[in-house]
Amino acid sequence: MSEKKTNRRDFLFTATYAMGAVGVGATVWPMIDQMNPDASVKALASTEVDISSVNPGKTITVLWRGKPVFIRRRTEDEITEARSVKLDDLKHPEKDEDRAKNPEWLVMLGVCTHLGCVPLDQKGDYNGWFCPCHGSHYDISGRIRKGPAPTNMEIPKYEFVNSNTIKIG
Amino acid sequence: MNKFLKINLFIYFILTATCNALAAEKVEYLKTDWSFKGLFGKFDRGSLQRGYQVYTEVCSSCHSMKYLSYRNLTEKGGPEFTEDQAKAIAASFEVTDGPNADGEMFKRPGKLSDKFVMPYENVKAAQAANGGAYPPDMSVLAKARGGGVDYIYSLLQGYEDPPMGITLDEGVYYNKFMYGNKIKMSNQLSDGLVEYADGTVSTVEQMSKDVTTFLMWAAEPHLEARHRMGFKAIVYLIILTTLVYFSMKRIWSRIETEV
Amino acid sequence: MSEEYTPKSKFGKWFNDRLPLLSLANHLTDYPTPKNLNYWWTFGGILTFCLITQIVTGLVLAMHYIAHADMAFDSVEHIMRDVNYGWLIRYIHANGASMFFLAVYIHIFRSLFYGSYKAPREIIWIIGIIIYLLMMAAAFMGYVLPWGQMSFWGATVITNLFSAIPLVGEGIVTWLWGGYSVDNPTLTRFFTLHYLIPFLILGLVVLHIWALHVPGNNNPVGIDIKKPSKDTVPFHPYIVIKDGFALLMFMIVFAFFVFYTPNILGHADNYIEANPLVTPAHIVPEWYLLPFYAILRSVPDKLLGVVAMLSAIFILAALPWLDTSKIRSAVFRPLYRQFYWILVADVLILGYVGAMPAEGLYLLIARIATAYYFLHFLVILPILGYKEKTLPVPLSITDPILGGSPNLATARNKESLSNK
Repeated sequence: MSEKKTNRRDFLFTATYAMGAVGVGATVWPMIDQMNPDASVKALASTEVDISSVNPGKTITVLWRGKPVFIRRRTEDEITEARSVKLDDLKHPEKDEDRAKNPEWLVMLGVCTHLGCVPLDQKGDYNGWFCPCHGSHYDISGRIRKGPAPTNMEIPKYEFVNSNTIKIG
Repeated sequence: MNKFLKINLFIYFILTATCNALAAEKVEYLKTDWSFKGLFGKFDRGSLQRGYQVYTEVCSSCHSMKYLSYRNLTEKGGPEFTEDQAKAIAASFEVTDGPNADGEMFKRPGKLSDKFVMPYENVKAAQAANGGAYPPDMSVLAKARGGGVDYIYSLLQGYEDPPMGITLDEGVYYNKFMYGNKIKMSNQLSDGLVEYADGTVSTVEQMSKDVTTFLMWAAEPHLEARHRMGFKAIVYLIILTTLVYFSMKRIWSRIETEV
Repeated sequence: MSEEYTPKSKFGKWFNDRLPLLSLANHLTDYPTPKNLNYWWTFGGILTFCLITQIVTGLVLAMHYIAHADMAFDSVEHIMRDVNYGWLIRYIHANGASMFFLAVYIHIFRSLFYGSYKAPREIIWIIGIIIYLLMMAAAFMGYVLPWGQMSFWGATVITNLFSAIPLVGEGIVTWLWGGYSVDNPTLTRFFTLHYLIPFLILGLVVLHIWALHVPGNNNPVGIDIKKPSKDTVPFHPYIVIKDGFALLMFMIVFAFFVFYTPNILGHADNYIEANPLVTPAHIVPEWYLLPFYAILRSVPDKLLGVVAMLSAIFILAALPWLDTSKIRSAVFRPLYRQFYWILVADVLILGYVGAMPAEGLYLLIARIATAYYFLHFLVILPILGYKEKTLPVPLSITDPILGGSPNLATARNKESLSNK
């Protein structure tokens, strides 16, 4: 067999293998993608919450994407306390002004950033939240102050539709 | 190679022809050219939007479409209303939601994620309002009838005066395409019944075609994606088959002249 | 088996001494296969592909499907509309069942033509029949899961077959249903069994192939061959590539169904949610069960009808002993060849009348075809073995006396065609 022929044979086999691999890849993808959130789940990604009945110093918990969202109407004292903390004292430095655009309302994903438990309201050493699972303490801005959690509790995307309604997501 | 393609096509046609023959009813349905048939078949957007209009203005007072959501109206391969149009459509319906904090159900304007609002609370209510006959849910209707779209298209235009010797009970109508010719739905369409937003003349034929197209999409919302993917898949398979065929020839040429 | 095989690497040897997977792989690649196998022999590989496709797509569907009478239909629509690629996966699974049966029928009729069920391959054949039975059970229960009208009424009719059993029949049917009609308990147990059976089939397929690898493949000439010899080729790459080519041709047909006529093999009534108060006008099983359905209906007695239908399947298990001919391949049995094609036509006719209403001419045809079906196996085959004048069989598949073509069967067929 001449050298040229060998090359052509190699090319044929390589092309066949490559083409086959493309097909396998294209077949595997739908099998993987089917486990991603489906169209009906994605469509429910935003929730509107009526906050007209929340009094200062109270927190309501609503469900958004299967997770609790804390909506706290903070008192003047709490706002002052949250805004007076020095950034140097924080494990995950974030200004309260950045976390609560409207200082009266803190809207936050109620999920501990350690391993996903739901922290308890008005507990812990910093007058904020305390996670009973592994002892993380959060302040009144939801920032981590003590314990194993690595970051502050997450602020979801939200907006005030009007003074009584918050749209989360 | 050619021989095998022929055999494949042969098997395919034999099977489909047999199925068609078995499924074929004796009735000859009215024919029209459906844009969604064939290898590259796509829905006619205008027809889908008009069909939706016919559904909401005419059919939806009795027939539910419980598997569709308003968001589907914006999806690719469907009527492709703009998001704002679909939001406006959704908001024009009152949706029962709840319970709220007081434990009560309340009404609110529809959202994109809501399912199409149903005309009746449940099947019993639908039956009670329609002389005992349940107006079937239309979500998959185009797939749930033997003749498919041709049947629905024909049925909508098949109302006639009953032939001599056939007497109809109260609330029963004669339709030449209905199985048994007796139908509890009266003729719903008449020329000019709907005023199409795009200015198309709303003849009975036009409305039947539009609403049937809409029903086909409702039953098979991924039809266009399926046709597109199918074409690619088959072209790919033919290329790979050709490559494998020549690889096979080459491998077998080590010992044989013919495979 | 190549007992002398030893892996080249040290680790390979260490591992193989403890678990001889490498020996197994070596056996499978080197497995000496008759080199004259024609394309009808590629359906074993195609069937393996079908089984794996059904298992994989089935697992995926089970992640989204809800086995509850109130939610099953909704969850299938959810799969079709919202789940990413759900429509594709479901259509592959639904049409895959038909493709699986198409392939298994070709595989079975291949075996009938070339006498692959005869000694020493009876066990392979019987395992095959068991697989076929399990396939029918799996397909039937799978068809119930979407909970459409055909699902519901098909389940009602088929489970009611058991009520034909004297004395205990009614009790068995109630036990199968878990109630007084087909309902939620029936659906959940069918789902469980539908999930289980494919894995039983998988296990039996392993046994089927294992039993095959003891005597080796039959071949179009139907004679025993020495292996390995000049009559054989190693499985890899020769048979692998040939199977692969045939599989791709098969996939093209499969793709046409999935992408362009995904519902043509199903029944429109199954897109209507199950309603225990209304029976569809024509109850028909899926196409692959139609011949047996025709046999069932052709007998005017309930119990005997069920017996006839079951016998039609179980008679196949006795085939290696009913066929008394010493010659395997129909190529050398001119008379058997004609009866073979009559049987093929008979089964196709049964399938056709199975889809038609059981009345008038259809019923008469069904009865004649049913009678012939049993006649073929119980009378014609045993007698034919003694009476038939067979053609001379070559000594090897490369026997020079018969023209030297390894593809002898093809040559023979061409010859017989040109003689006509």
